[in-house]
Amino acid sequence: MAETVLTHSGQPTARLEGWRGIAADWASDQRAFKNVSWGKAMMWIFLLSDTFIFSCFLLSYMTARMSTTVPWPNPSEVFALNIGGNHIPLILIAIMTFVLISSSGTMAMAVNFGYRRDRVRTAILMLVTAAFGATFVGMQAFEWTKLIMEGVRPWGNPWGAPQFGASFFMITGFHGTHVTIGVIFLIAIARKVWRGDFDVERRGFFTSRKGYYEIVEIMGLYWHFVDLVWVFIFAFFYLW
Amino acid sequence: MVDIPYEGIEGIPPAEVPDVELYHPRSWWTRYVFSQDAKVIAIQYSLTATAIGLVALVLSWLMRLQLGFPGTFSFIDANQYLQFITMHGMIMVIYLLTALFLGGFGNYLIPLMVGARDMVFPYVNMLSYWVYLLAVLVLASTFFVPGGPTGAGWTLYPPQAILSGTPGQDWGIILMMSSLILFIIGFTMGGLNYVVTVLQARTRGMTLMRLPLTVWGIFTATVMALLAFPALFVASVMLLLDRLLGTSFFMPSLVEMGQLSKHGGGSPLLFQHLFWFFGHPEVYIVALPAFGIVSDLISTHARKNIFGYRMMVWAIVAIGALSFIVWAHHMYVSGMFPQFGYFFATTTLIIAIPTAIKVYNWVLTLWRGDIHLRVPMLFALGFIITFVNGGLTGLFLGNVVVDVPLSDTMFVVAHFHMVMGVAPIMVVLGAIYHWYPKVTGRMLNDALGKFHFWVTFLGAYLIFFPMHYLGLLGVPRRYFELGDTSFIPSSAHSLNAFISVVALTVGFSQMVFLFNLAWSLFKGEASGGNPWRATTLEWQTPETPPGHGNWGKELPVVYRWAYDYSVPGAAEDFIPQNQPPRATQLVQGAAS
Repeated sequence: MAETVLTHSGQPTARLEGWRGIAADWASDQRAFKNVSWGKAMMWIFLLSDTFIFSCFLLSYMTARMSTTVPWPNPSEVFALNIGGNHIPLILIAIMTFVLISSSGTMAMAVNFGYRRDRVRTAILMLVTAAFGATFVGMQAFEWTKLIMEGVRPWGNPWGAPQFGASFFMITGFHGTHVTIGVIFLIAIARKVWRGDFDVERRGFFTSRKGYYEIVEIMGLYWHFVDLVWVFIFAFFYLW
Repeated sequence: MVDIPYEGIEGIPPAEVPDVELYHPRSWWTRYVFSQDAKVIAIQYSLTATAIGLVALVLSWLMRLQLGFPGTFSFIDANQYLQFITMHGMIMVIYLLTALFLGGFGNYLIPLMVGARDMVFPYVNMLSYWVYLLAVLVLASTFFVPGGPTGAGWTLYPPQAILSGTPGQDWGIILMMSSLILFIIGFTMGGLNYVVTVLQARTRGMTLMRLPLTVWGIFTATVMALLAFPALFVASVMLLLDRLLGTSFFMPSLVEMGQLSKHGGGSPLLFQHLFWFFGHPEVYIVALPAFGIVSDLISTHARKNIFGYRMMVWAIVAIGALSFIVWAHHMYVSGMFPQFGYFFATTTLIIAIPTAIKVYNWVLTLWRGDIHLRVPMLFALGFIITFVNGGLTGLFLGNVVVDVPLSDTMFVVAHFHMVMGVAPIMVVLGAIYHWYPKVTGRMLNDALGKFHFWVTFLGAYLIFFPMHYLGLLGVPRRYFELGDTSFIPSSAHSLNAFISVVALTVGFSQMVFLFNLAWSLFKGEASGGNPWRATTLEWQTPETPPGHGNWGKELPVVYRWAYDYSVPGAAEDFIPQNQPPRATQLVQGAAS
């Protein structure tokens, strides 16, 4: 498949630098992005499309927040926890963010070990990433439960604009779905790595295509994207 | 295919990517039903889109019966009329035209035209079709649920879309939103395939500037769809939540059936912005593939290279980019901040420039060409005429001051049916006549085709041209019946009856086309591999219809652009893209 970094003849492509190189690549035949495999190109373009989805969600939320005539609940208060008698604002969100960012670190390490064809370490690091992701979703479930117990509903809440609950559940729910899907795929790919599918080029059950270690990197692109989106949600929803 | 050695041909670099190993079907089910072959998926897409499109056609007949002869047909009431309008619009724009151009023509033509064996990820491509089918089934099911399909108009504006009193408030609107969400998911899976195939899976020698314009049109439209559908996705999710969970994203506080509704604080304008951020690019998602295909039809059947190929490509890209910053010209009367209108009017009118470039280039391609008035060419010419007509009325509606009185009249209906109804359908039909021989190996019947063209073309004009006049009179769109109003003369009612009669005639004449499709499949004249003597790669396949993997043992190598027609000094009046320079008999220096 398109996973070769080298050309068919075994020689690296002669590359021009900078803009001239980009122009030369786009003017060439076969591939506009030289040395980018089909799978990686497809993930990048999907992420671009997904960016538009999250942007629309966030812009809609900002529109609602800016145009509402009733007060918006104070996120620092709403998302505060009492721990050991101390009232700490945004503490849960801070921990969640820390967990998710850490998972990006382990994911990056998994990608690195994947390219070294280190089966065991790659699989373990992917599973650690999945565990971080699952922890994140678990804490999100805790947060949802807490807010629901306090009376926050999609159609209203005790403190102000009803769009608060609506936007909160919708945006964090949609992001949480992304994380959950990511966790499922992390586990599935970790299993393939562990089993050595990519060493023996075993064919996929559905696609009958050979697998490559690059799939770990493509998975990583998705995972880092989901992290990045969380940074924006964190900034625009919790810190605003 | 000409016999060429695999390495070191004049200026053609070696293959960067090893040839793909395709999934090989082992049973009837994986060959014809759950097929991963883009050509089979294309046919599945086309048949499904046509089937649901016929439902929308029947709905338009029912609407015309009511408009032409109000009060005569007791089986159509006002609620049903609104439901017909909504479903007709939504099906035609999204489930027929978008699916047919991108899922149908895109799947069939992209791999063949760029010289690939298949789409890059055939399994995902297959999923795309099945999710699309599910979306169509969910949409069709709304005809059978309690309350019937939604009657909110195809734009589905809240608050009215989800309030009681609007037909289909129970189930129709929920299923409509679900169906749209499914459609977008399915389309994304296919669309990613189309884009990556064009960018990363072209054959040796196939540079972007050697692509046929068909591929450019479909490619640009797909990129736009991947960026525009997210807005519809978000709008659908939020409207669904407003309806199901009682959130208030779009719903202001208002009185519903005499009672204060449970909603409050939402912004109906937000929905309109999201909807049209999708909705306007959607117009070009339908139009750009049509532009591309029609360029190839004209060039092939006029035996002349397309005039200004580079300009055509950049015009497609420019239209695609501009169409993202014009959306609020659908909202001049929405109550948004009025001065926005001037920005959007300006950008809207700027689009006329690349569009006019394209029209001029089509006409200049025809100029002194060796025009063969075969059925695909007839439809291509019909497209130019209807498109120019619809484009000119677009200039009216793009201006704020002209749009305000014309908004929500039949003038708008006439405009968008001309520009994105009739014109793209002309291209769809022309393209089917053009590529049917490649898909089936048989020609469509020529006499039936010419009959079909003239009835469709003249009929479409007789239907939609008088509507402009009705709109100028002030006849509103979406009204169940006009009743007695002083400003609408009785001649308008006669005109409405006339339009209805023509519409039914044109509608039934499409049955001739369907018959032709079925009849020619078995009895049509054998076409051979390249009946139109065309240059593009899909006509150079070793087998017709192309086999699994498209190209036999070796992928084609491309040496030239897609428009080498009537090259001076060449032995034939066309030179296929994969014909090497030394195999072409040229008078020295006559062509380059």
